[in-house]
Amino acid sequence: MEQRWGLPLVAWPSRLRPNFWDLVALPLVLGLLALIAWGGMAMGAHYQIGETLPISLDPWRLPEYALRTVLRMGAALIASLVFSLAYAALAAKSRTAEKILIPVLDILQSVPILGFLSITVTGFIALFPGRLLGVECAAIFAIFTSQAWNMTFSLYQSLRTVPGELTEAARMYHLSSWQRFWRLEVPHGIPALVWNMMMSVSGGWFFVVASEAITVSGQSILLPGIGSYIATAIAERNLGAIGYAVLVMLVVIILYDQLLFRPLLAWSQKFKGDPTGDEDNVRPWFLIVMQRAQFFDLVKSAGLALNRSIDLALSFLASQWSGRNPRKREAMPAVSRFEHIFDAGLLMATLAALAWMAHFIHETVPLGEIGWTFVLGAITAIRVLVLIAAASLIWVPIGVWIGLRPRIADRVQPIVQFLAAFPANLFFPAAVVLILTFHLNPQIWLSPLMILGTQWYILFNVIGGAVSLPAELRLAAGNLGVRRWLWWRRVILPAIFPAYVTGAVTAAGGSWNASIVSEVVQWGDTKLTATGLGAYIADWTAKGDAAHITLGIGVLCLYVLAFNRLLWRRLYNLAAERLRLD
Amino acid sequence: MAEAAPLLRAASVCKTYQTPDHIGRLVLDHVDFILREGEIVAVLGKSGSGKSTFLRILAGLIPASDGSVDYRGVPVTGPAHGVAMVFQSFALFPWLTVLGNVELGLEAQGIGAAERRKRAVEAIDVIGLDGFENAYPKELSGGMRQRVGFARALVVNPDILLLDEPFSALDVLTAETLRNDLLDLWNESRIPTKGILLVSHNIEEAVEMADRILIFGSDPGRINAEIPVSMPHPRAWESAQFRQIVDQVYTLLTTVPGGGRRGAKAEPIGLGHRLPDASVQQLSGLVDTLTEAPFHGHADLPHLADELTLSDDELFPLLEALQLLGFAHVSGGDIDLTAAGRHYADADMLSRKTIFADAVLKHIPLAAHIRRVLDERPGHRAPAARFLRELEDHLSEEEAERVLDTLINWGRHAEIFAYDYDDEVLSLENF
Repeated sequence: MEQRWGLPLVAWPSRLRPNFWDLVALPLVLGLLALIAWGGMAMGAHYQIGETLPISLDPWRLPEYALRTVLRMGAALIASLVFSLAYAALAAKSRTAEKILIPVLDILQSVPILGFLSITVTGFIALFPGRLLGVECAAIFAIFTSQAWNMTFSLYQSLRTVPGELTEAARMYHLSSWQRFWRLEVPHGIPALVWNMMMSVSGGWFFVVASEAITVSGQSILLPGIGSYIATAIAERNLGAIGYAVLVMLVVIILYDQLLFRPLLAWSQKFKGDPTGDEDNVRPWFLIVMQRAQFFDLVKSAGLALNRSIDLALSFLASQWSGRNPRKREAMPAVSRFEHIFDAGLLMATLAALAWMAHFIHETVPLGEIGWTFVLGAITAIRVLVLIAAASLIWVPIGVWIGLRPRIADRVQPIVQFLAAFPANLFFPAAVVLILTFHLNPQIWLSPLMILGTQWYILFNVIGGAVSLPAELRLAAGNLGVRRWLWWRRVILPAIFPAYVTGAVTAAGGSWNASIVSEVVQWGDTKLTATGLGAYIADWTAKGDAAHITLGIGVLCLYVLAFNRLLWRRLYNLAAERLRLD
Repeated sequence: MAEAAPLLRAASVCKTYQTPDHIGRLVLDHVDFILREGEIVAVLGKSGSGKSTFLRILAGLIPASDGSVDYRGVPVTGPAHGVAMVFQSFALFPWLTVLGNVELGLEAQGIGAAERRKRAVEAIDVIGLDGFENAYPKELSGGMRQRVGFARALVVNPDILLLDEPFSALDVLTAETLRNDLLDLWNESRIPTKGILLVSHNIEEAVEMADRILIFGSDPGRINAEIPVSMPHPRAWESAQFRQIVDQVYTLLTTVPGGGRRGAKAEPIGLGHRLPDASVQQLSGLVDTLTEAPFHGHADLPHLADELTLSDDELFPLLEALQLLGFAHVSGGDIDLTAAGRHYADADMLSRKTIFADAVLKHIPLAAHIRRVLDERPGHRAPAARFLRELEDHLSEEEAERVLDTLINWGRHAEIFAYDYDDEVLSLENF
């Protein structure tokens, strides 16, 4: 009835016989494979810089473009998964590696994703001269950067928190390190990893759309996809085409939700130790297809066989190796000596990098401009803070209202999740049209675009926080006659605070990112600009000036890091220390 | 079965943990031990006596700092084939079915699928789990989960079973059923296991199962005494011989450090003494129980434990705390309230606070030390971290925190000092 993870195929040959579910599963899978092959070929097409790829606004081309976009997303997701497995494993297993890998990850998390795109695209194009693959890689890399870091962090944390007795059991029963990794450590991390992965993909649609229209040294390249379709529609002031794009995106996200998000999430529940009680017991239909169709058992068995043979090869190598070097662990003094050398080397490398960057920027950018970027950063920071505050004022009461009514919350949660996934940049043109028609001040009215897509995280988390408020606390408050403002201050706000902080952190991070695309917005030849660091980076990216881009992104990173350290992390700790409900 | 071949031998095993300031903290001090073929040995000791560490050294899970362990004459350098372990928390893989969990050890040994399946099904039958092969651990009750733990251990046909408090997470009835089933398998030789080492904190459990009981002393952990149990199985809990051995074990386990036997005054404890995990509420309740009928100030410990329905590891910290505070003394498996204890029992709620405060300041050096520091400081405030660091010279980080938490609980109740949770600062405010 349930999935049989890890059982060998040979035991029950009857399981090989196809069944009804295969009729559903097989066409789906074969179709997917064909599409991937076709998309891959299209990606490898010839291309010279300067060439413009024609993007047609014919709505019938949209499915094809949508597919290209989805393929990019998929490629980035696979890359992120591989990256997280390798990076997290290395960081969790080696103390020396951990020392550098984790802080680096922390910084990478703060770099605005669209900044990666501006910096790396030239390199990728050089890597595959004469082919579109380079540009594709740059776009995929940008999406990758929007997904990989938090997946890696979650996996790293899971690897570090495998229950001690489980590890001991694995060792007592002689699992090799390879087996321990795949049979214990990774499965233990799956629930958190899947959750983060799905959240990343939701956030990723925004960047897919943004990264398809790339500017390299003043020339813009449009990769076939929904993002480019929109960019073309904007250039041609075609509001109808934008409507079609929104519609197709809607379908894509619904499919993603049904075919990937829900099945994966439900499947990952199985890796949790104890049932938490609030699990959804309704299994998504696609998961049922996957679990009943024998075809997937075959695929799984093949995967397990491959894993097993790698393990055999590794343990053979290990036995060869240990035969020559019998047990030389616990050489403490030598290790710490090595660590000192490693630390010193690290410090030198950091200083060298700093010096080189300072030199590079100083050569090309006057000192006054550096100061100016900090002022711009402050303006953007004010925007972010004001918008988070405004969104909180709106969504906290609404979220609480919904969260306290479980039946409504059940219906609303998926919708909010969906809204968070929907790339808000598809609506930017509409905003521009509104600003133009009503002659509004772009300095003010462009700002809400920053939070258009990320405000949902606040609502989503507040609802979650309010739902998990124990019924007894509510009853007790009612019994004591705690009402109105006192009730907000003493009961519900402290109760949802931890959840709210999580939502606000996500929303703020997303808004910093969005500033790059939302402070400068175009409609045909009309360009609206709001002063800020995002606009600065966008402008210099369009001109293709590496020094200025580096400067802008560096300053943006500093701001994000400072906010994380000085504001969000403190609120986080406060929430974790004092206001947890358990 | 005298002088059967030794299965597992530990020779002057020591274990030192590195403290932050690089002074080693000794947790095991020259432990010698032999497990012979055909015997069950139980290890009893207070929590923190290093008995769990010792078991893990025997298992090859952690290396000894000094001394050696060998299994059938071969030095143990890692988990040995032929030694299996059952864990307190069951340690089952939640994403594997019962069958998957039981097969895992065989799979790791590279045994073929058909053979694996056959042996796993057998082990599942033997341990009484048939019908649950395809269940996930989370669908099972605690007792059933631990049966999976045993099946997983037995399926590899181990010479030696190491049991790390395997029944302590189970309720009394479930634990007894599982224990009896295991003893039946052992006594009828239906399992290939040649020797069992059981770490426990339940005295009756140890007396029921073991052929020998080792009593571990704490700080540093070492074997303080060995009690042979030569009763035939099944052992009746109510028989005189059984009760006598239980009493003997209680006596050995409740002797306060420094040997406060026969009413003699206990030697003063040090600053870094491992204060027992006892709340003021529990202590006050225990004193009340001891004062009332049927005890009237004197109790036989096993009887008391029964009356209170407390397990040994819940009762022992309370007993030790009462002794430390001079409210009671324990000897020969009995407890008597002292004059101070009776005084405390007779007092009303407010006077109890004062009596408790005096006792804490008088008998607990850490409390006196904290009070002195706060008195001397101009602002009468000191961060908790300061005292935590001092404790960490004697105790592990975790234990230091636990001890300070216990003392803060006592000190707040006695109004010796105040503590601010948010700032983590001790002070004399409000007094």
